[in-house]
Amino acid sequence: MKLKLAMLACAAALWAKDSCLECHSELDGSLAAPTQAFKDDVHKGLGFSCVHCHGGDSSTDDPERSMSRARGFRGKIARTAVPELCAHCHSDAALIHKYNPKQRVDQMAQYKTSVHGQRLAKGDVNVANCVDCHSVHNIRAVRSPLSPVHPLRLPDTCSTCHSDANRMAKYGIPSNQHAEYRSSVHWEALEKRGDLSAPSCASCHGNHGATPPEVTSVAAVCGTCHVLMENLYKESPHEPVFAAMEKGGCVVCHGNHAVEHPTTDLLVGKSSVCADCHEADSAGGKVAEEMGRSILELRAALDRSDEILGRARRSGMEVSEPLLRQMEGRENLVKARVAVHAFDAAAVRQPVQDGLAIAAETHNAGEEAMRERDYRRMGLGLSLIAIAATMIGLWLAIRSIEGREKPIASPDGGG
Amino acid sequence: MLAARENEKRGPLGWLEDRLGLESVREFIAHKSVPKHSATMWYYFGGITLFLFVIQVLTGILLLLYYRPTTAEAYESVQFIVTQVKFGWLIRSIHSWSANLMILTAFIHMFSVVFLHAYRKPREATWLSGIALLGLALGFGFSGYLLPWNTVSYFATKVGTDMAASLPVIGPPVARFLRGGDEVGGATLTRFFGFHVAVLPGITTVMLLVHLALVQRWNISVPPWVERQFRDRGREVPRMPFAPNFFLRELMAWYAALAGLGILAALFPWELGDKADPFAPAPAGIHPEWYFLAPFYTLKLIPSNVWFIEGELLGLIGFGLLAVWWVCLPFWATDRAGQVKTRLVTGAGVFLLSYLAIFSALGYWQ
Amino acid sequence: MQAETKTPRRGLVRWLLGGGLTASVASFLYPVIRFMNPPEVSEAAVNEASVAKVQDFTLNSGKIVKFGSRPVLLIRAGESDWRAFSGTCTHLDCTVQYQTASHQIWCACHNGFYDLNGRVVSGPPPRPLEEYAVHIRGDEVIVTRGAG
Repeated sequence: MKLKLAMLACAAALWAKDSCLECHSELDGSLAAPTQAFKDDVHKGLGFSCVHCHGGDSSTDDPERSMSRARGFRGKIARTAVPELCAHCHSDAALIHKYNPKQRVDQMAQYKTSVHGQRLAKGDVNVANCVDCHSVHNIRAVRSPLSPVHPLRLPDTCSTCHSDANRMAKYGIPSNQHAEYRSSVHWEALEKRGDLSAPSCASCHGNHGATPPEVTSVAAVCGTCHVLMENLYKESPHEPVFAAMEKGGCVVCHGNHAVEHPTTDLLVGKSSVCADCHEADSAGGKVAEEMGRSILELRAALDRSDEILGRARRSGMEVSEPLLRQMEGRENLVKARVAVHAFDAAAVRQPVQDGLAIAAETHNAGEEAMRERDYRRMGLGLSLIAIAATMIGLWLAIRSIEGREKPIASPDGGG
Repeated sequence: MLAARENEKRGPLGWLEDRLGLESVREFIAHKSVPKHSATMWYYFGGITLFLFVIQVLTGILLLLYYRPTTAEAYESVQFIVTQVKFGWLIRSIHSWSANLMILTAFIHMFSVVFLHAYRKPREATWLSGIALLGLALGFGFSGYLLPWNTVSYFATKVGTDMAASLPVIGPPVARFLRGGDEVGGATLTRFFGFHVAVLPGITTVMLLVHLALVQRWNISVPPWVERQFRDRGREVPRMPFAPNFFLRELMAWYAALAGLGILAALFPWELGDKADPFAPAPAGIHPEWYFLAPFYTLKLIPSNVWFIEGELLGLIGFGLLAVWWVCLPFWATDRAGQVKTRLVTGAGVFLLSYLAIFSALGYWQ
Repeated sequence: MQAETKTPRRGLVRWLLGGGLTASVASFLYPVIRFMNPPEVSEAAVNEASVAKVQDFTLNSGKIVKFGSRPVLLIRAGESDWRAFSGTCTHLDCTVQYQTASHQIWCACHNGFYDLNGRVVSGPPPRPLEEYAVHIRGDEVIVTRGAG
């Protein structure tokens, strides 16, 4: 019955070319779903349709002919065959560049190097292929906010598999990366501040060539954005030690997926990571202590300046200049924090001293503003004294004038 | 003392007095007197308002030395006044504070006229000119508020002109006229500046002269109950000479106002805020100057649609009727026999005053 | 009682009134006169400001200068080729610096690079740097911002 109806609809649409979409949109469930999804597909807009992937002949309404193997019909694409199918076009520079001259064509080559690609080649259909990340039938441009590989959605896309403990168990890898990542400063930048340049999974792991960064390359991965820290770290005494211990550089202190906002707590105090290796009274422990303490000292000085400038501003003083200078002071605080990665107290000392000088200067400016406030209040006071004297004089003058006059008023005439 | 001087009109001063005809002025002032009774203190508020207006004119002229009415420079020039110009913070603060105090004293003056029933025949025209002056003062407030071109002023002007736009038929052209275009922008700033420093001062000066001439023509009113009280006793209401008695007291009031202004301006300098950004979303809690709060809050309370008309329109029509009713007060306050319905007017005054007080407070603390 | 104290009291009144009036009027006029006196900086640094001296800049060098209340990166790219850009990175408001080796503007916080037209070359900055016009008047470097 249903088939008959569908055929009837097909007959009514004889003039149309794409019989796949016409017939399948009349069907139910999973046979119709792709026709709905395809409306949003980036390929549709470029003139591609079902037959370009699934084969067959869309110019005929006879299902026997349109979906005949003789006409190249492939039916449902096996998971292991997906990458080759996509690569058929996407690795063909001549073809792809007709549509977009800047589009890369190395995805397949990269994919083959990835753990995903290598396992798929061995017949493991559990691993991700193109459509698992880019979606299927409604593939959108990567820049589209609705694309599952858009920076804001990528962590969720990866986590559909990687947070599945059962699925990950047989590969012996953890499944808490997504949860950890969501507690990180990077996720906060991405999600809360909408900073699309903040790293998500692919920024460190790559996309098509997804491999875990080797221990030796972690610093390089972090260093793509955190250049200064990387440079200092490479020259620092920690570099050879961590390398020999086969611990990835940055990760030793900052962790990997759950990178928290770094504070001086990493250096001094109960949760110090330095203390994991260095005794408090050892040379290393002392350097950590000094670095942490001097940074805290600078921060406290800048806070004191902020406090007095804020007080001056609230009482109406103009302190935008010193407030601007405070920004330079804060920058020295940032520099000092960066300098920690040299793991040398002298490197931290320089920006701390510069910052302290600025903090002293802005604090002076704040005190100056408070003196100016007092000066204003004194001026007001003097003016008020003059005003009060005049008012008393006026009052006495009125009294004496009215005292001389004959009282013509009612009893309240004294005024 | 005066009499002794009058005989010897010699020297430059005497010459000047003679040529300017100051004798008649002196004569006139010497005979001017003010009724003296338990409610005399309310007579000072008109004078204080006038004094604050003079301060506005003086500080306004000073600010004109540095202010620039363009969107690119308005905010920066006010910032320049406040930071770079010596005592600029003081002059600007006094201008802002004095504006607010002037509106406050104008309201006190108006309500004292209502409660002392000073509007009654033959002073209807005095009342009307006074109301016109109050309207002009509000116009000064509304146009001056925009001039620093900061965030609050920008959005308050937007909201204010939007209200005007919601009036039927005349609304859109009126709003366009006020804004100098379809949106609040550079054209509005130039225009408001023109209104604030030229158009309104011109009209106000004329209206002020009319008001003062009328006060002089019909003299100061005595409350009906004071009149009755003295008539019953068969006595005249006592009067005090305008000069020096009343004038010295007025001077004391002015000095008190100055002291208050100084304290407010020096201890609570008027904030400048952030520069207006037409593309930024309206910050939360935007509200107009306090004297526009009551109608502003009322409009917020009215549902968006009442019966078949728009809520805002209904509110504006309501305010329009209220304003007309209030302006016409001297005419409905008197019955055919010429008797003033004092209770009715006092009741109306109390009603309006409590409405303004309560809704302004609610609007402020919402 | 009034009659008894009349003379000293009148003196007091005269002293209070005269002194008070003079002092208060002086206290009103003093700020007014100071206000009318042109300030040292004769104009609000809104759109134009002299920010540096020509001789302070060697070829291919750049420095952060103050323009109003904003930091501006002033670069001397050639003998008479001056450029000025907003000194704060469009990514997270760190202060940028000029890299003489690469002839690029660099933000150290997250390795953002801009070219000498303020355009983003690489790294996280979402927008180009705002550019200001530079003119030379004698030995003064004048930075001008477009209207708005």
